[in-house]
Amino acid sequence: MSAFLTVVRPGLFATIQDLGRFGFQELGMPVAGALDPVALRLANALVGNPQGMAGLEIALLGPVLRVDAASVRIAAVGPLAMTLEREGEASRPLEPHRSHSLRQGDLLRLGAVDGASVAYLAVAGGFALAPVMGSLSTYVRAGIGPLGGRPLGQDDRLPLVRDSAPIGPPDEQELELPQPPEYGVGPLRVVLGPQDDRFTEQALATFLSARYHVGKQADRMGLRLEGPALKHRGSADIPSDGLVTGSIQVPGNGQPILLLNDHQTAGGYAKIATVISADLPRAGRLRPGDRLSFQAVTVDEAEAIRRRQEQAISGWIRAIRPVRPAGGIDLEALYAENLISGTVDIVNGGSDLPLV
Amino acid sequence: MKIRFTTAGDTAFNVEFGEAIDRATNARVMALHARLKAEPPAGLVETVPTFRSLLVVYDPVATGRGEMQAAVEAALAGSDAAASEGRLWRLPVCYDPDLGPDLAELAGGLGLTTERVAELHGSAEYFVYMLGFMPGFGYMGDLPAELERPRRTEPRVRVPAGSVAVAGRLTTVYPWESPGGWHLIGRCPVPLYDSGRADPVLLAAGDRVRFETVDRAAFDGIAQAVAAGRFDPASLRTAS
Repeated sequence: MSAFLTVVRPGLFATIQDLGRFGFQELGMPVAGALDPVALRLANALVGNPQGMAGLEIALLGPVLRVDAASVRIAAVGPLAMTLEREGEASRPLEPHRSHSLRQGDLLRLGAVDGASVAYLAVAGGFALAPVMGSLSTYVRAGIGPLGGRPLGQDDRLPLVRDSAPIGPPDEQELELPQPPEYGVGPLRVVLGPQDDRFTEQALATFLSARYHVGKQADRMGLRLEGPALKHRGSADIPSDGLVTGSIQVPGNGQPILLLNDHQTAGGYAKIATVISADLPRAGRLRPGDRLSFQAVTVDEAEAIRRRQEQAISGWIRAIRPVRPAGGIDLEALYAENLISGTVDIVNGGSDLPLV
Repeated sequence: MKIRFTTAGDTAFNVEFGEAIDRATNARVMALHARLKAEPPAGLVETVPTFRSLLVVYDPVATGRGEMQAAVEAALAGSDAAASEGRLWRLPVCYDPDLGPDLAELAGGLGLTTERVAELHGSAEYFVYMLGFMPGFGYMGDLPAELERPRRTEPRVRVPAGSVAVAGRLTTVYPWESPGGWHLIGRCPVPLYDSGRADPVLLAAGDRVRFETVDRAAFDGIAQAVAAGRFDPASLRTAS
């Protein structure tokens, strides 16, 4: 029997994304992929998938999905409101950061994403969709990826690899993250360059001390930042060179643009700095109006921060545990809680750098 | 010029071979690109060639900057052999005024007739320096000096797919409908990006391109064949 999630209502902007389409940038193909890869990885871990499997990235307002499969296990990570409507039962909210088992005919209403730009839904076993150039990421601007490279539409059917997941007594086999992932606070950390020498000393000092906010033009391609203008030494133009997610380019008007996953592969504006990889999930979660500032670190520091972040993510995944039964004291859970604190201490030990 | 390494965060760095857009500099970029592609160091994700630099993208969990830069330096020291010569494409283009809405204005600004602009554009063999801006968008040069003009001061919101355009000493064919600031002088009926093809992107960096003038009837004929799925773009490739 074939199994689907059927899109009853598409929501505002839900796309299939994995960790990106690498290997084709030399053809001008943007990488795309999850804006918040940490959340996608954790959602996959909650349903037993490999961390990099494609899931649904949900921005603004999520879709309504009907389960046209014997059963399916799902998990969401991120600030997403969800409601389950099941025949013969009162509709009830579903918590993110844990798995849920859904049955044939269930309606899963994914509501508003509030508190970050995106949240993720993973399904156990993943979607049975054909990769495009090795990836299930969706690049909407050129219509590249699964579903014709577009966001979810009315009546789309998302085929599932598995047509059923075992269903036991309620909550028996469900898994949860003891706590939502931490993204850290404080300035976004950057490595200066590749063209920091194209800016005045004053511009560099301003960039590293001023507060910016995310302007209205913010999408998967990038965030236009608003704040003090950054002056170039001479022209803002360079011979076009390669871009990465996190590149901060500054056109002639001096207002920086922080490039995200759908960025062009090359560009001709001088780039003052690059957000470090460990802070890209935070950058990807930013929304219009959010405030931010920048702090410079070295490449060595950036690498150390990223290693600690990977350890932290591994720690969160190891801490995934069966959902606690309602009521009563769960000694096992308390024990797990201590383990997690221990992990976090180790992660942050021996450094005066801001936490990941 | 001495090779320069510039930093793009903890996932990439540029290997810069110069400041200018010229064939000799770009040949060094392509040679390193080819070499790293043939023998990728552990942790290399991909390399992205541009006019005068190669972006080296790596996985910072699997390797690090020091290690990756050392591997790239070894690749640079190992060989300066040129990358193999790219393919030669003959792309049909129709310079009718409605397909090249900027042709008259451009010709006026250059003090040339529209026929002469089309003739000059069609007379050169172009080199694909790099792809970027959007999938399949090739930056090709060098345009004959007589045709050099800066980009339009007001970019168009919508440039039709297939538009053949010029700016500075470069020319291109827009693979998609998109915004754009180049001068539109004609139209190519063969899509430079087609998701139905095994290799959706037609051109690669390092390829060469000649434009062949076709009249409106030939343009329409090719466009119809493309739409019907009866056009094989391999027929545009010349053995070189």
